[in-house]
Amino acid sequence: MKPYLEFKSVSKTFPGVVALNNVSYQVKEGSVHGLIGENGAGKSTLLKILSGAYYPTSGEILIDGQQRDFHSTKEALDAGVAVIYQELNLIPEMTVAENLLLGHMPTRSGFLDKREMDKIAEGELKFLLDNIYPETKIKELSIGQRQMIEIGKALLHDAKIIAFDEPTSSLSSREIKQLFKIIKELKETGHSVIYVTHRMEEIFDVCDEVTVFRDGKKIETYTDMSTVNHDLLVKKMVGRSIEDIYSYKPRTLGKTVLEIKDLMGPGLSEPISLNVKSGEIVGFFGLVGAGRTEFLKVLYGAEKKESGSVIVDGKYVNIGSPSKAINEGIALCPEDRKDEGIISVRNIDENINISVRRHFNKAGIFLNKKKETENTNNFIKKLDIKTPSKEQIVGNLSGGNQQKVILARWLGENIKILLMDEPTRGIDVGTKNEIYKIMYNLAGEGKGIIFVSSDLPEVMGVADRVVIMREGHFVESVDRKDLSQEKILSHALPIND
Amino acid sequence: MNGSKSIKNEKSIQNKFLKTLWERSGMIIIYLGLFLVLSVFVPYFFTVRNMIGLALSVSMVGMVAMTMLFALASGDFDLSVEAIVAFSGVTAAMVINSTGSVFFGIIAGIIGGGVIGFLNGIIIAKAKINALITTLATMQIVHGMAFIVSGGSAVGISDARFFVLGNSRMLGIPNPIWITIAMFIIFGILLNRTTYGKNTLAIGGNIEAARLAGINVDRIKIIIFTLQGSMAGFAGVVLSSRMTSGQPNTSVGFSLDVISACVLGGVSLSGGIAPLGGAIVGVLIMGTIQNAMNLMNIPAFYQYVVRGLILLIAVLIDQLKQTNKN
Repeated sequence: MKPYLEFKSVSKTFPGVVALNNVSYQVKEGSVHGLIGENGAGKSTLLKILSGAYYPTSGEILIDGQQRDFHSTKEALDAGVAVIYQELNLIPEMTVAENLLLGHMPTRSGFLDKREMDKIAEGELKFLLDNIYPETKIKELSIGQRQMIEIGKALLHDAKIIAFDEPTSSLSSREIKQLFKIIKELKETGHSVIYVTHRMEEIFDVCDEVTVFRDGKKIETYTDMSTVNHDLLVKKMVGRSIEDIYSYKPRTLGKTVLEIKDLMGPGLSEPISLNVKSGEIVGFFGLVGAGRTEFLKVLYGAEKKESGSVIVDGKYVNIGSPSKAINEGIALCPEDRKDEGIISVRNIDENINISVRRHFNKAGIFLNKKKETENTNNFIKKLDIKTPSKEQIVGNLSGGNQQKVILARWLGENIKILLMDEPTRGIDVGTKNEIYKIMYNLAGEGKGIIFVSSDLPEVMGVADRVVIMREGHFVESVDRKDLSQEKILSHALPIND
Repeated sequence: MNGSKSIKNEKSIQNKFLKTLWERSGMIIIYLGLFLVLSVFVPYFFTVRNMIGLALSVSMVGMVAMTMLFALASGDFDLSVEAIVAFSGVTAAMVINSTGSVFFGIIAGIIGGGVIGFLNGIIIAKAKINALITTLATMQIVHGMAFIVSGGSAVGISDARFFVLGNSRMLGIPNPIWITIAMFIIFGILLNRTTYGKNTLAIGGNIEAARLAGINVDRIKIIIFTLQGSMAGFAGVVLSSRMTSGQPNTSVGFSLDVISACVLGGVSLSGGIAPLGGAIVGVLIMGTIQNAMNLMNIPAFYQYVVRGLILLIAVLIDQLKQTNKN
């Protein structure tokens, strides 16, 4: 097979950063090409160049042997290149048909031709989704279904090259299966698919070839998947072996620090009871929608509990709101860093001191800038937050550093229990390891940690004990020594699946 | 090789310095330029008398811009201030006339505004109704109340002691200017030096993150609107003192003037970004241009067009600055 898409010595530099360094690689026709690498490895830059959002500093792009220059996403789309990003570009209030045909709706004598629209949409839907109609509004669809609509849009544009950017990060296992099925069909109909992911196992499920990136450079392309395995890819990605990533060491656990009795709230199907010991790290595993995030939010007072009680250090506590929970020593690092964690338009200093400054205040309301600066500088150093200064706007930091800022926010407080929701989602392997080390240190200091993760190897690698949730139920709690992938999955997957 | 590199570095440092200067204080530079041009070309512009007149003319907008800045910083805004100004002026006048106490009149005006602001805050924070809708409604209600209370016409004030507030001078400068300067200082401290200011910015930056970080979002919002109402009430009292009567008809369009001035100064309408110095410059730019147009005898109808254009241009410049940064 000849290469359909070819990058020839493509580089992209930003002031002070080489995002992509002399990268050459090829994607064949009718094949799925995986791209993996840590955050900042250059994958997103590459996609943005492909989609016309960035213009390369040097090098050339060939499609079907012809050199192409894209100055906008429209030009790329017209040339048959579609990139499907994590954040989908659909209009929730409009229907499936309207979204599919946005920008080129069929008309008859100047008026919308609804019948034609529905016909085209139906044709696409037949290929992509069951039980969804052209008249359905996008807001009624799940994330996975919306992604299918995005694929439909790309196909209606006659896209020959379809690139996916972390497509499975918020899909359920059933939706992932459906996505993989569609990707295989795309391949069979002669499309070139580029598949960017953090999830190693997916590479083996869908890709025919894989290219590993690190630090803006192409490290290696493997054209025969039987010659690679999981550990080799990780090693190429991070330049170290897998044991080093989790670096788990057993700790001695103390007495119970958190006791949850029959806690019930929105998103939960039954009251949940759980004890966490001092120094213990409890992992929560389950599919998206299993109620893990909801459980943490109720425990943190972000959602009103309906019944049940929470005991910290032997004392019944009031968790009526986040600020009350914080005062009782419970803190949360939320799932969605951008929407719920950071104040992206403000700087590191303000983000770190947002809660803890009340302890520094003079006369109740006046800031103690000196102490705040001290606190910020201390944590920038301690957690190794990579930033030119504490005045840096948090929105400009990488995901890993944003997570560290949120952690710093709580480490200055006198917390006893730390709740972490997907603490390493979208974070590169190197920084993941740093986050785990912070967790181990906190546990070592006697704090209790509950963390939610959809990354099975991570849950198994980091937790002392794993709690499995399914459809709002607390299914099982398994100790580290009894853990196995099969056991966890058998509890987590829906019974009728 | 090394030499050329260091020259390049120096140049880039210089460029960087100019860039930060432009980003941080672009509006101030524009204002200084504008001021200089007007001083040279517009007769009587750069005179003590005109400067005081200019400052006096922006004092009301300046005062209320300080609390509006907080409302905008938190991601909300307030259209009801213009009605509160009218209502409080009328209220103050009537209380002074009926009780004979200037003090009670002033307090009644401020508290009246504060109560309306408090209600705005409760509705916005607790009932979660959009601030635009809420304050659009209260604007009309309060304006109606101002007319009802006053019977539709100006309420003259007989007690001359009340006029000191708006008309006397200290060191040759009228009191409203001093009051406005004091407000700049007080709210500058509130914004940059207190938890209240920082929490306001955090809420505007990301309301859900602020809530999950333990900030009592509802309480802050209610405080913001209560202060906003009180400030508008106070401005109404000062205005009625200057005009020696409470007028239910005044200040139509005042809310948008205040918001325009803030936006002109780089305050983000989506919240989280609120340079106080910028807002002051915004107030000055609006006032200065109006003042110059008056001096040049440009008819009022054209002045509206010019003011609208200036707002648009300022926002465009800001947009350009943002894209350059990226």
